[in-house]
Amino acid sequence: MKLPDKSTTLEEAVAAIPQGATVLVGGFGVPGTPFTLLHELARQGQRDLVLVKNDANEAGMGIDHLIASGQVRKLIVTHLGLNANAIAAMNEGKIEVEFCAQGILAERIRAGGAGLGAILTDIGIDTELANGKQVVEMDGRPMLVEPALRADVALVHAATADPFGNLAYAATARNFNPLMAMAATQVIAEAETLLPLGGLAADVVETPGAFVDQVVELTELSQEYGIVRR
Amino acid sequence: MSDARSRMVARAAREIAPGMVVNLGIGLPTKVVNYLPADFPVCLHSENGLTGIGPTLPYDKADRNLIDAGGAYVSTIPGSAFFDSAVSFALVRSGRLDLTLLGAFEVAQNGDLANWKIPGKFSPGAGGAIELAQKARRVVVMTTHCDRKGNPKLLEACTLPLTAKGRVARIYSDMAVVDVTLEGFALIELAEGVSLPELREATGAPIAIPAGDIPTF
Repeated sequence: MKLPDKSTTLEEAVAAIPQGATVLVGGFGVPGTPFTLLHELARQGQRDLVLVKNDANEAGMGIDHLIASGQVRKLIVTHLGLNANAIAAMNEGKIEVEFCAQGILAERIRAGGAGLGAILTDIGIDTELANGKQVVEMDGRPMLVEPALRADVALVHAATADPFGNLAYAATARNFNPLMAMAATQVIAEAETLLPLGGLAADVVETPGAFVDQVVELTELSQEYGIVRR
Repeated sequence: MSDARSRMVARAAREIAPGMVVNLGIGLPTKVVNYLPADFPVCLHSENGLTGIGPTLPYDKADRNLIDAGGAYVSTIPGSAFFDSAVSFALVRSGRLDLTLLGAFEVAQNGDLANWKIPGKFSPGAGGAIELAQKARRVVVMTTHCDRKGNPKLLEACTLPLTAKGRVARIYSDMAVVDVTLEGFALIELAEGVSLPELREATGAPIAIPAGDIPTF
């Protein structure tokens, strides 16, 4: 038996993203952001997108290109303090922004990837993040119902992959990537290195390829992946 | 950094006891590591998925995949571990985080903390601050005693949207070390050169003064 080959081209992979899609985007700052997939999404021009990401990158980087080109309808993020363009777009009403506590965003995505409906948590229950949310009592304590987040598409960045879609990550470039790689109908991974089947030892695989639909090998790393000198 | 701020940071570093798991907020709290001995046994946690934070590296030595939650290029030390964002906050929420040092816009005498939003002016989102403030076993604030306009940050009640309710145990400022007690603010130590009337003037709530000599830092 042999595991199926899901390697594809950048153009083909991103063409699978429909207009109006909800898209999970990996990354926390630069590490783990799938810059090449995002660039191709900007080039192909799908519009009316809902992006789910920890942050909004920085001005001129990553999802900022999609905000600038008017392709984004809504952002679900934990903060966007490093991107003045995103804050301006929010303040001018050009994009809708939903803020989520960082670990709760991670758990909502994990729940989506695990086929669950929601999680219960007291995080943010004393804050305005609780506004409009359903409250239930669990063991005598009030808990917010935080719905699972499952998306049409996930765009993730891996250090290493094989053609089946087994993925391994580098250092703090993990962040939301392993969670998002489980939580979408169409999971597209870009990888810095694509090894042949068997090249990625079973012990080091963090995302099993069974969750992944398409794998794109990066032929070069653009400047956006590099060190940011602030 | 001004002399008073350096002494505040040095004093706050004494919060960290051997063996603790600690999260340091962005800004002033990050600087306490400069006051810990190199071989001090402590596990520093970064929300983006790292325990065992090593020294910050210059750009030419940096690893593009290795940052802390504030975006600084950091390093690993023997025993460091990487993990995803769900694991990172599992650690925070489950009681494994002994201490967090956070910045503040406002702290109330009942321990309420506001540090993430100024409506109409500053609302970039809270990131991981709500979970850190709500779930760390001990929450300590490091802040200038007053804001840039000279308004007190220690108040009877917060006016800004809360980060967490009733969670702040202690405040290190450039004027004093102040505990939050069931009766409100209580002075623990004064910064050198600060008088009690000056402290009272700069504090927006009653503050209990201990009997006898007040230690300074």
